[in-house]
Amino acid sequence: MNQTRVLNIMLVLYVACIFAFIFAPILFSLVFSFNSQRFPTIPLGEFSTEWYAKIFADPDVWIAARNSLIVSVSTAVVATFLGFCTAYSDFRYNFRFKGPYLALILLPPTIPLIIMALAMLAWLSKLGLSGQLWSIILAHSVLTAPFAMAIIRLRLNQMDPDLESAAWNLGGSEWQAMRHVIIPFCMPSIVSALCLTAAVSFDEFAVSWFVSGLNKTVPVVILEIVQGNIDPQVNAIGTFVFLTSMTLVILAQVFFISRQVKSHS
Amino acid sequence: MKRRFDIYAMTWRLPIIFWQFLFFVGPLLFMVAISFFVVKNYRMTEAFEFVNWQKMFSKGYFWDSYWYTIFIAALSSTVAMILAFPASFALAFRASDNLRRWAIFLLIIPFFTSYLVRTFSWYVILAESGVLNAMLGYIGLGPFKMLNTHFGTVVGYLTLTLPLVVILQTVTMANVDKTLIEAARNLGCKPLATIWRVILPLSKTGFIVAALFCFILSFGDFVAPFYLGGSQEPTLPILILDTTKSGQQWPRAAVVAIMMMVTLFTIAFAAIALAYRKGGAK
Repeated sequence: MNQTRVLNIMLVLYVACIFAFIFAPILFSLVFSFNSQRFPTIPLGEFSTEWYAKIFADPDVWIAARNSLIVSVSTAVVATFLGFCTAYSDFRYNFRFKGPYLALILLPPTIPLIIMALAMLAWLSKLGLSGQLWSIILAHSVLTAPFAMAIIRLRLNQMDPDLESAAWNLGGSEWQAMRHVIIPFCMPSIVSALCLTAAVSFDEFAVSWFVSGLNKTVPVVILEIVQGNIDPQVNAIGTFVFLTSMTLVILAQVFFISRQVKSHS
Repeated sequence: MKRRFDIYAMTWRLPIIFWQFLFFVGPLLFMVAISFFVVKNYRMTEAFEFVNWQKMFSKGYFWDSYWYTIFIAALSSTVAMILAFPASFALAFRASDNLRRWAIFLLIIPFFTSYLVRTFSWYVILAESGVLNAMLGYIGLGPFKMLNTHFGTVVGYLTLTLPLVVILQTVTMANVDKTLIEAARNLGCKPLATIWRVILPLSKTGFIVAALFCFILSFGDFVAPFYLGGSQEPTLPILILDTTKSGQQWPRAAVVAIMMMVTLFTIAFAAIALAYRKGGAK
């Protein structure tokens, strides 16, 4: 009996260690961003907002932030639209080649980003579409659509298929049923998908770096600073990046969970 | 079923086909095509020659890099699977449903936060005079050289893969039929033997999928080997990066990329065949 207690305590400690390992870099980045040392270590230096002042004064960071905002919002809209279309097609219809059809949308995340980056760069240059801000949006929509598709498909799973037929029987057209039954039902998952795809796009750097030309997004700026030298500015930018993506992911999960609670009651 | 063109159905079905052919299948096929193109005077010209393939295959550094990438990705996947197991075990069997949901909720967060910033953070933590060495110094150890080593690379890979592996292992084991575990206990099976002979065989599919994801992510990542491993032994992604960015040699980078894809497909097929082979109860 005592032995199992010891074992349980050890397991709890072990889980704590794993979580510490996973969250240590996020936490340290936050701490270092307020630390005066150029090369942060222990004991910590003084509290300082120097790095924040620096990035706020840097026009490149502002431009990158604007670029990132445009890219992630546009990507989210396109990817969620594509994801919704595919999730609905999968839910409602059976057709030939449905397997390959679904593979078409679900496969991109399994391909290493560096390969997608090279392929996108070559292809978009060929089409004369590279080096622009929207080149990133095109590429990101392909990479993030599967996440939107998965979330919306899970929501549709919980819908009674008779609900749609009921709307038709009551005289609604297919389009009206879509507008008044399906879209409202999927709304929480659509918002959730928007947040999640925006978060993925916001953090993606490999493809952005390859196809964007001179239009840098925030992760690309970070990549370039990091290549130069140790610069605690990265921690200050990183804190904003973390706050943004965490907010988006948490919002996505809150919407995702709230729909579950509702549908159980 | 009506056979005429159904506008409503096609409105939902066609966009993704159009989009993915244009921006997913197109790029990948074109990449295969450019691996046969030639570069003359720093300009890529259309051709159908095997010169890039011959050049890459005859280079010793390509094969060194190839086997090193497979080795380090396999090593880090093994480490991730082993490190994650006790934690996943605790979350699957000792935690309440509610606690487990919270844990998974937390573990999803890093997956969508900047991997780049987390890697930079590790760079500072692991440095010669960094936080970890300072802490070890207090108890009279070190300093250890952790950056620019295999250790650094693996830490970077784990940052990327460990949360995912814990989630997949936990979900897999939480779905194991508890009555089977109790039956094993009642029949006198020792705890460790229960894990080895009941829980692991029942979780085979999920575990292989977790290891496969881990391998794919590590195999394709250039950030960890570049910043934490010091790229002294360049992995294939670093090779692609160098060839594309500095050398403008897109065709040769395409050769490397295609070799990566072929390797990943082979490993994925083998893993999936293994995962769904008969014998498992699932």
